[in-house]
Amino acid sequence: VIRIGERDAVISGVGQSTIGRRLGRSGVDLSVEAVTRAVDHAGLTLADIDGVSTWPGYQPNSMGMAPVGVRDVKEALGLEVDWFCGGSETPGQFGAVFNAVAAVAAGFARHVVCFRTVTEATSIAAARNSPNPAGAVDRARVPAGSLLHWQMPFDARSAANILGMVANLHMHTYGTTRAQLGQIACTLREHAARNPKAVYRTPLTMDDYLSARMISTPFGLYDCDVPVDASTAVVISAAGCAGDLRRPPVRVEAIGSALHGRDSWDQRADLTTMAATDAARMLWRRTDLKPSDLDLATLYDGFSFLPLAWLEALAICGPGESGPFVEDGRNISFGGTLPLNPHGGQLSEGRTHGFGHLHEACLQLWGEAGDRQVPGARVAVAAAGGGPLAGCILLTSG
Amino acid sequence: VPRTLPELTPENRHVWTSGATGRLLISQCAACGYWVHPPGPVCPRCRVRGITPREVSGRGTVATFTVNHQPWEPGLTMPYVVAIVELVEQAGLRLTTNIVNCPPEQVRIGMPVRLTFVRDEDVYLPMFAPDDGESAGTAVDGTGR
Repeated sequence: VIRIGERDAVISGVGQSTIGRRLGRSGVDLSVEAVTRAVDHAGLTLADIDGVSTWPGYQPNSMGMAPVGVRDVKEALGLEVDWFCGGSETPGQFGAVFNAVAAVAAGFARHVVCFRTVTEATSIAAARNSPNPAGAVDRARVPAGSLLHWQMPFDARSAANILGMVANLHMHTYGTTRAQLGQIACTLREHAARNPKAVYRTPLTMDDYLSARMISTPFGLYDCDVPVDASTAVVISAAGCAGDLRRPPVRVEAIGSALHGRDSWDQRADLTTMAATDAARMLWRRTDLKPSDLDLATLYDGFSFLPLAWLEALAICGPGESGPFVEDGRNISFGGTLPLNPHGGQLSEGRTHGFGHLHEACLQLWGEAGDRQVPGARVAVAAAGGGPLAGCILLTSG
Repeated sequence: VPRTLPELTPENRHVWTSGATGRLLISQCAACGYWVHPPGPVCPRCRVRGITPREVSGRGTVATFTVNHQPWEPGLTMPYVVAIVELVEQAGLRLTTNIVNCPPEQVRIGMPVRLTFVRDEDVYLPMFAPDDGESAGTAVDGTGR
């Protein structure tokens, strides 16, 4: 008998800062904005918050990827916490959420605020204008423990290179096409037109997509998401606290955190799949719901290929069938069988790094998604990560 | 900006420096023969200690690749090919690497390749060139540098 402990946790509120290119605001400032909004959205006060969780924690010299840790937010807001956690060695970005779910299910805390903050747009611009770009001062080596230790010396410098190789193999194996990848970019841009916070809202045509400059094959410019400054927060509460909340909470039906294959970018037995497959299998083992029960999906789209990988991992499509599934855009648009990333995803809204997908899934289940609301949404899956990073969560409306 | 080289440790040093002798040493389990990469202190298959650096043939195939066009930083020469090469010694035994001495548009998945090295400071980077039955020779172009 499996105990489905995640059902002892609920999502009680979400909040997000301004999203922008080069806001020039500090990471902790953005975090405070997101956290206070999420707590207020839940109908709670900061005095109710007794836990903090974040991914990947503070990391020095991260170029805006990890500018804020637990300590910054706790100290900035004067929080008194019974439990806290921040770090990167988790099942992708949602590891921070799974830890919070476990903490409230175990009774370590009642209301945990989870956040993810990035200041990549401001940091990249600052590095560009600096006479000594990061790393140019001395010849630093890539640490033996780094996940990119075996990649960086060959100038595989970006996830675009590494995931480009996975996408290329998927195309070679199954006949997936660039136009199918392009349909993800174009459809999500259409969705972003309904989202006032999205960084890119002007229409993107298939011609624009196909004629854009190449980054790393098969990824061109519009296959890659856009770095932004933003913070996103969610409040995870113990299910027994539902009476204290402003609205019926979003229920956590099941989580997927498994990594059975190699924790590596290049050693996984089947290179056409990623850790997403392991995580998604675990998720469906923990619920009676089926992929056909989903009303929408918010799937990580750091690159256009990743939603395809998640569609297959989550068994929404069979192996190799995700390209044809998205090809004409109808299945994944409003009114289609499974609207994908109604907020425009990271390709158009901006790289909120997974938490934006969770934020959107919750807004949809609360019926608070405004012009982009999927009518009657009751079941949603949110998924984050690529390569060896993967986590997914199945949510239902209260 | 020069290439980012790997930090050398007692565990990984043989992989990164064995090219000094023109050979590539990969960790192998002395008990069951399983090749262990990245290297570790114990065989993840049979969990026996006794991992030994052993020479591999240097032959493999391109498992997948990407042609990089983006100037991530000053000092790079575009385009260059980043590939995952599977060594003939064992299914799934792979190295991320560069394909050299081959126009990027001619690289194919499944293409046979052969080992060559590019030296940078104390590191001998294992790279691969098309296997035409001859020695791979020195890397002339395609290293991204």
